[in-house]
Amino acid sequence: MAAKGLKNKVKPVAKAKPAKQLSLLTAERSAPRQKPVKLKAVEAPPPEPPPPPARLARRATAEQMASKQREISISEFFTKNRHLLGFDSPSKALLTAVKEAVDNSLDACEEAGILPDITVEIKEAGPDRYVMAVEDNGPGIVKAQIPKIFGKLLYGSKFHRLKQSRGQQGIGISAAAMYGQLTTGKPIVVTSKTGKGRDAHHFEIQIDTRKNAPVVARDDELEIAKDHGTRVEIELEADYRNGKRWLLRYLEQTALANPHCRLEYRRPDEEPLVFPRVAETPPREAVEIKPHPYGVELGQLILKLQETSARDVRGCLMHEFSRVSPTVAGEILKAARIHGGTRPKVVANDVKMAEALHKAIQATKIMSPPTNCLSPIGEELIHKGLVSFLAVTQEVAQAEEQEQLELQAQAGRGKRKEEAAKRLEEIKQRLAQSAQEAQQPKEEGEEIVAGHKFFITSVTRPPRVYRGNPFQVEVGLAYGGPLPGDRPVELYRFANRVPLLFQRGACGVTEAVLRTDWRNYELSQPKGSLPVGPMILFVHIASVWVPFTSESKEAVAHYPEILGEIRLAAQECGRRLAAFVRRRKSAEYELQRRSIFELYIDEIAQSMKGLVGSNPEQVKKDFGKLANKFTGGETTDAVLKRAEKEMED
Amino acid sequence: MGTHTTGTTKKLEGLAKSTLQLVKSGKNPLIEVPTRTLANVQFNEKKQIIELKGAKQKRYFFNVGQAKKFMQTFLVAKACKDLIGEDKTTSIRDLYYMTKHTLGDTPQNTFEEQDESDPIIEDLEVTIDALREELHLFASNRGSMVGDLTIVDKGDTIDLRRMGSGGWSIPSIVEDDVVQFRKNDAKFVLLVEKDAVWRRLNEDKFWKKYKCVLITGQGQPPRGVRRLCRRLTRELKLPLYVLVDNDPWGFYIYSVLKQGSINLAYESMRMAVPEARFIGLSSFDKDKYTLPNNVTIRMTDEDNSRAKQMLAYPWFQRKEWQREIQHMVKTGVKLEIEALSNRGISFITEEYLPRKLRDRDWLA
Repeated sequence: MAAKGLKNKVKPVAKAKPAKQLSLLTAERSAPRQKPVKLKAVEAPPPEPPPPPARLARRATAEQMASKQREISISEFFTKNRHLLGFDSPSKALLTAVKEAVDNSLDACEEAGILPDITVEIKEAGPDRYVMAVEDNGPGIVKAQIPKIFGKLLYGSKFHRLKQSRGQQGIGISAAAMYGQLTTGKPIVVTSKTGKGRDAHHFEIQIDTRKNAPVVARDDELEIAKDHGTRVEIELEADYRNGKRWLLRYLEQTALANPHCRLEYRRPDEEPLVFPRVAETPPREAVEIKPHPYGVELGQLILKLQETSARDVRGCLMHEFSRVSPTVAGEILKAARIHGGTRPKVVANDVKMAEALHKAIQATKIMSPPTNCLSPIGEELIHKGLVSFLAVTQEVAQAEEQEQLELQAQAGRGKRKEEAAKRLEEIKQRLAQSAQEAQQPKEEGEEIVAGHKFFITSVTRPPRVYRGNPFQVEVGLAYGGPLPGDRPVELYRFANRVPLLFQRGACGVTEAVLRTDWRNYELSQPKGSLPVGPMILFVHIASVWVPFTSESKEAVAHYPEILGEIRLAAQECGRRLAAFVRRRKSAEYELQRRSIFELYIDEIAQSMKGLVGSNPEQVKKDFGKLANKFTGGETTDAVLKRAEKEMED
Repeated sequence: MGTHTTGTTKKLEGLAKSTLQLVKSGKNPLIEVPTRTLANVQFNEKKQIIELKGAKQKRYFFNVGQAKKFMQTFLVAKACKDLIGEDKTTSIRDLYYMTKHTLGDTPQNTFEEQDESDPIIEDLEVTIDALREELHLFASNRGSMVGDLTIVDKGDTIDLRRMGSGGWSIPSIVEDDVVQFRKNDAKFVLLVEKDAVWRRLNEDKFWKKYKCVLITGQGQPPRGVRRLCRRLTRELKLPLYVLVDNDPWGFYIYSVLKQGSINLAYESMRMAVPEARFIGLSSFDKDKYTLPNNVTIRMTDEDNSRAKQMLAYPWFQRKEWQREIQHMVKTGVKLEIEALSNRGISFITEEYLPRKLRDRDWLA
């Protein structure tokens, strides 16, 4: 029983709070090795001696071993296992620290109903040392909570509830602070203001790693212009040169999945990057829900029975879980052969009864959990987000290219100079042309971004349930423009609006995309690979509990319900894409056909001159008249007219 | 310039004019090309030739699949008109190079391969109902001729009695503006499939002794040879005897000479000689001329199926022909003409042919 409880992500069987939190951390990694656990305090896994051959002398007695066994603090555990939380290398550390701070800011703003305005700043502080600062306009944090939130691991509001949010466990930002402290000795600096007219609190917080407790090094009050918000600064050892690519990706994709957010990124040696806000309303508030009985495992059930304030089992079922009506509770208890008036603790302490109850729950028909608790991005905002994302990324790329070319055109010589000038001219022409095209009516889903044409579409699926947890899948895609057509598509994965940057291969999202047959949708797809084509594919899973494969939250577990939904959404997007590509292909084909006909007409006009002495220009004119009649369909007329106009211009 | 030359020019111009007319009246311009497929040929019992049926393929310009061919047809037409105007003839390969050029600044050419231009020429021939020769085009020269006959070739008088061992090389264009017949003492025409046999007969001066014209087409006779045979039979009223190997291929050569071919069905009436006589080698000759078993060759599977197809041809339905082919299938062997040399090097000149002619031992 205990072992089973420990395997769960959710609370294992334990009474004391710190121990419970500790086991959460150790459970995942060391569960297979762990000895039967003492209920009162979970201990670190002692190195297991190899099984002794039969006649060997004992090396140590149980008593001797016991003398070495002692409690380890969560913070100590972290210092040894920093990779579990995303601090495995200096290049990744910067990203993880920024990510934890930004995720917190976004969560806080969302909960408070504020449109977030976030600034991320990276400053060099010495060789391999950087200061990362994240500032938001969120609701702020009350003075008393600041030290605990930033100076204590596993302290937070998000773990104990079932609600769609970015952070889930309360490890993140304090882990970043601890990493900073471990590598530079500097405390985390937090400034927060909760409202107009109030003073801002300025803290410098050290973490006592042995006790997992904050030590406030400095506590000032100061005035800042902002009405409310929080600023977090951590100095840490980092490799910005190798990490900046990932950091940029994280911020780009965060802006993409949070179109209601304005995000500014100030970076060393480069121009600041601004992702504008595209949605003027904050996302719908996610609602906290009670767990659904189907998703509850035995250990968790026992815990609920122990901790409930209800007086009998019936009350406990109805109060602690969603969708358990008096009738449903009656059915469950009847199937479990437990009297409804039994005290919950009695059931909790009798493993056989608890097991019967657990089995009965699975066997009883219970309504799906409420799904209105989720807050998807929505099709319209995914679309807008993609447009804005492309605008920022393409404009940056284009500005860089233009700058390079201008330099070459001025300072270069010979062939290179000519080529640069030619290329510049091309870019200018394209921009002018697209500005013109932007005036014309567009096809549905067609967008002109930074002088390039893209096709953008998105699908938000209705909510579904896996293991009693409601979830919702959204897929969007942007196709065309200067995206490389001969490489696998870019797959952007998101869970509760947080970009997942690593462990792509291990992620259920990737598998669902691979298992979709993209060849049906005008894309090529090598067997068992991502489709190949000029495309960005956006996949978002919103859920009260996203099933990650590990604490670093980089890959989604392979639940068939989730994979199925992703495929359905991807297929719908694919169908729309295919329709668009086919339309465009046939329009292009018509244009090509037309130009071939023109060449043929030239030939015929010359031959006619030789055969009957007719005037070639007249023949061309006569054939030309017919050409419009015979080669143009309804859709192609527009294309042809556009082509004609281009020629005239 | 002969009369039909200007006629051909007129036909070419007519094609252009009618096309321009269609364009002017706002219609999708088209060329009607008689189809040259097995489905569109029939055996004319009365005339005893293979001829085209009426099916025509409409080739529109404003049709993606046909536009290029349409354009190519006019390129070829214009080139032919120029050739006629300058009174020059050229090979179809030459014509391919003459009309080949790149289209605009595309990677496309008017013709990519000669395989593309050759069918266009044939299409043009059928469309305007003109012979290839009338378009001033020729294939390759093949075939030789000697005999008791004097001709004029492009103004040069040629005595076919004094052609040495090689004979006169038959040009691919033998229309009466190029070749005219003069003094004739020949009584018949003998066409042999094989060059080696033709040489034997020429060396033995068979044509002198038996007063004939001796022709070889070196395998399947080319157009020039077939057209010349037709003219000899029509204008000089000479019977045509055909000497081929005793195998399905030999029968086929005879059949093409006699009735025409599917691909060139539109030219049958100008080339076919329905009364042509098959003089040998017959399937019964092995026994008749007591040839040993060891000169025969086993028929292959291909030969067998070919022979069976021939049994079904409408022009091989006569009892004698059915016997002839069935005997070959039954014995399962074939014979080359050269097999006769087993009986002596000049057996063919001194025994075989004289006896055949004397006994009137041929099939028609």
